[in-house]
Amino acid sequence: MSGRVLVGVKRVIDYAVKIRVKPDNTGVVTDGVKHSMNPFCEIAVEEAVKLKEKKLIKEVVAVSCGPQQSQETIRTALAMGADRGIHVDVSGKDYENLGPLQVSKILAALAKQEDAQLILLGKQAIDDDCNQTGQMTAALLDWPQGTFASEVSLEGDKINLVREIDGGLEHIKINTPAVITADLRLNTPRYATLPNIMDSLMNNETELHKPNHRTSLCVGLIPLFETVAPEDMQGGTDRSGAMLRHTVLQSGKPKRIILSCLCI
Amino acid sequence: MFPASRYSCQARRCVRLLQKIKTEHATPQLYTTLHRRACSTVSTPRITTHYTIHPRDKDPRWEGVEMERFADEADVVIVGGGPAGLAAAIRLKQLANKHEKELRVCVVEKAPQIGAHTLSGACLEPSALTELIPDWKERGAPLNTPVTEDVFSILTEKYRIPVPMMPGLPMQNHGNYIVRMGNLVRWLGEQAEEVGVELYPGYAAAEVLFHEDGSVKGIATNDVGIAKDGSPKDIFERGMELHAKVTLFGEGCHGHLAKQLYKKFNLRENCEPQTYAIGLKELWMIDEKKWRPGRVEHSVGWPLDRNTYGGSFLYHLNEGEPLVALGFVVGLDYTNPYLSPFREFQRWKHHPFVAPTLEGGQRIAYGARALNEGGFQSIPKLTFPGGLLIGCSPGFMNVPKIKGTHTAMKSGMLAAEAIFPKLTAETLDSETAGLHVPEYAENLKNSWVWKELYAVRNIRPSFHNYFGLYGGMIYTGIFYWIFRGKEPWTLKHCGTDANQLKPAKECTPIEYPKPDGKISFDLLSSVALSGTNHEGDQPPHLTLKDDSIPVARNLGIYDGPEQRFCPAGVYEYVPLDTGDGMRLQINAQNCVHCKTCDIKDPSQNINWVVPEGGGGPAYNGM
Repeated sequence: MSGRVLVGVKRVIDYAVKIRVKPDNTGVVTDGVKHSMNPFCEIAVEEAVKLKEKKLIKEVVAVSCGPQQSQETIRTALAMGADRGIHVDVSGKDYENLGPLQVSKILAALAKQEDAQLILLGKQAIDDDCNQTGQMTAALLDWPQGTFASEVSLEGDKINLVREIDGGLEHIKINTPAVITADLRLNTPRYATLPNIMDSLMNNETELHKPNHRTSLCVGLIPLFETVAPEDMQGGTDRSGAMLRHTVLQSGKPKRIILSCLCI
Repeated sequence: MFPASRYSCQARRCVRLLQKIKTEHATPQLYTTLHRRACSTVSTPRITTHYTIHPRDKDPRWEGVEMERFADEADVVIVGGGPAGLAAAIRLKQLANKHEKELRVCVVEKAPQIGAHTLSGACLEPSALTELIPDWKERGAPLNTPVTEDVFSILTEKYRIPVPMMPGLPMQNHGNYIVRMGNLVRWLGEQAEEVGVELYPGYAAAEVLFHEDGSVKGIATNDVGIAKDGSPKDIFERGMELHAKVTLFGEGCHGHLAKQLYKKFNLRENCEPQTYAIGLKELWMIDEKKWRPGRVEHSVGWPLDRNTYGGSFLYHLNEGEPLVALGFVVGLDYTNPYLSPFREFQRWKHHPFVAPTLEGGQRIAYGARALNEGGFQSIPKLTFPGGLLIGCSPGFMNVPKIKGTHTAMKSGMLAAEAIFPKLTAETLDSETAGLHVPEYAENLKNSWVWKELYAVRNIRPSFHNYFGLYGGMIYTGIFYWIFRGKEPWTLKHCGTDANQLKPAKECTPIEYPKPDGKISFDLLSSVALSGTNHEGDQPPHLTLKDDSIPVARNLGIYDGPEQRFCPAGVYEYVPLDTGDGMRLQINAQNCVHCKTCDIKDPSQNINWVVPEGGGGPAYNGM
């Protein structure tokens, strides 16, 4: 076992910024807008670094697919404690068409190339909310997957995982190598402090990769017709009267109903 | 009977739990809630938890926490990545590269990316930029909109009096460019990186470091991982120390470190106190039919009365899409505590001369920042052992021209030119460990910056007369336009802005119209557009020296002016949980770093300190 963990980090528009649709409706305005690392990716990096500090794994490699600016995101991951960075250079039209399937193909290829023991990803990106990359990567590699992880512990060559699911918490045990996607309560990410950022700038531990036909980028898998802003919210109508009448008719005598909020 | 026993039950529970906290470290949320409940029975709930007011060396929660800092050496550290700081950095590296010397120049900037905290009108006079980077056009500087039309008006409630823009008047803009300053600063950042400057956005300089002989040693960046109640979190880490031979402070208008330096080195003993204004700005995407690229509109008058300094600007940008930058400036020496600069701005947009431009348009950005109005009379001593002040921090804005960027950049360049020979000299010629460079002040006095500021020095103070605005305009017409500012006297300002507020009972509340949601808007939706955000679990960075003064004095005498002058809704007076009385609530997360509260607080109780780096507005080309 190489003891190497691949962590995927994505550069997204910062969560606090107000999104604006481009006037020609082909997407959202990204030029000059504040970007930062996807919050779930931060949690994934923190988990990887924690595993390294516990000496359960040997090396953390941060991977990002995107244009030149993705290197800043990788540098933040390096400053948080990752050892190496890999920047897969995807720009222009290819970047606009980059979706979970393409990224998972890239990650699968990199995992084989780097002989990774574990792939840690955020559960979803806050710009597209796809929640697909982790699952697709595991399927492509035929590896077990532990998604929405809120607790991860390594036990020999198995992983104990607690998953946050609709019904509550699910405890599973999976083999390595595996893909894990991080959910919100997995940990609290540390800050990327200035001395570490200076180090990562100085040491330049990031390799540049260009995707080739083997890690094929299918152009325009999902055609994008239009991006529109959501309609302004209309006021609601109070249907409480109708509700009360309906109940009365049903049982024949008035019932005491606690009306909390019946505005639709 | 019932309420009394409810309180005493809570009080007893609090005391028991607080005793437990002394021995074990309770979770921060529990501590805060308990403390708050315990304090609601006390008259003043605790608001300020920042370590600058409550030092950590006496705080039991900080016992045993590692407080040592990692330190690094540079030749020059520049605080603030704005036009002045970047111009100084670029000039330093240009000189270093020309003379083939190695120079490590580091710029620390609190914004998450260079340009994200920059806000300005702006009509740029390209003089300083041309001196710094003569081929700025070929390098793609974002100066895309030369000024084609210049319109000046005096507004009344319904009408407009046009004022002819004669050549020679300070507001004349021939040869200037309308720019989106955030984009220009971003471009300057790229130029700086190209010449080898180290830029560190997202890291705020929180503390000035001193040598033993009292000279400035450098700065320390902010600590991270402190909880809202002031206790350390698991992820607490100390900031980093950056030591330098000389440190340049370019924090912009009313910088918080500069405030400390004025006191420490007594830099303001021979100058007048600085006076300020607040500028609020919006970017609008308007109907193409109304778009006139290159048009510059300024107005004075309505909605302000003749004794309140202020006015508006509206610039039509030419960057491919029908974008206008518009805004409103209100002098912070206003006297009526009921005045709300934000609501004056929103009201002004409805004027019959302005509203047609905006009809059918969409607002896409909002922001606010304080600006200097003191001019020549308020320039402090600029150098001290180990450091220099550049840019709007000491304040070189030409008030009638409403331009400060060209003078800020020039001051940065002059600082760099003064420092360079001293840094690269064979022997370090300095009495103190930190370099003292008084040559910078000398060079500034001999430059066009000084001449320009001297010529307009009397225009702003001339507004302090019975006729207010009109007296000022007449004075400008006679003494500036005709006599070019050569009159032998220098008028004084009226004192600090904070002292100008009259008690609320002497003033009448102003009836502002409700925002209509199409042209004028409410405060909270505007703040959302600024993209401002801060890590929630950190001590509020708007610290109060005394937590009891806001309700006792600000609310009691002045009816809480901070709830009106803050352009981000940070300050709110809310009723106490007990029902009787009010308390001040500080919504620190909304702060857009404009510094108006630090300037205008009549009790001078609010001290703005820098929050965790990376927080604050996310302006895009403002």
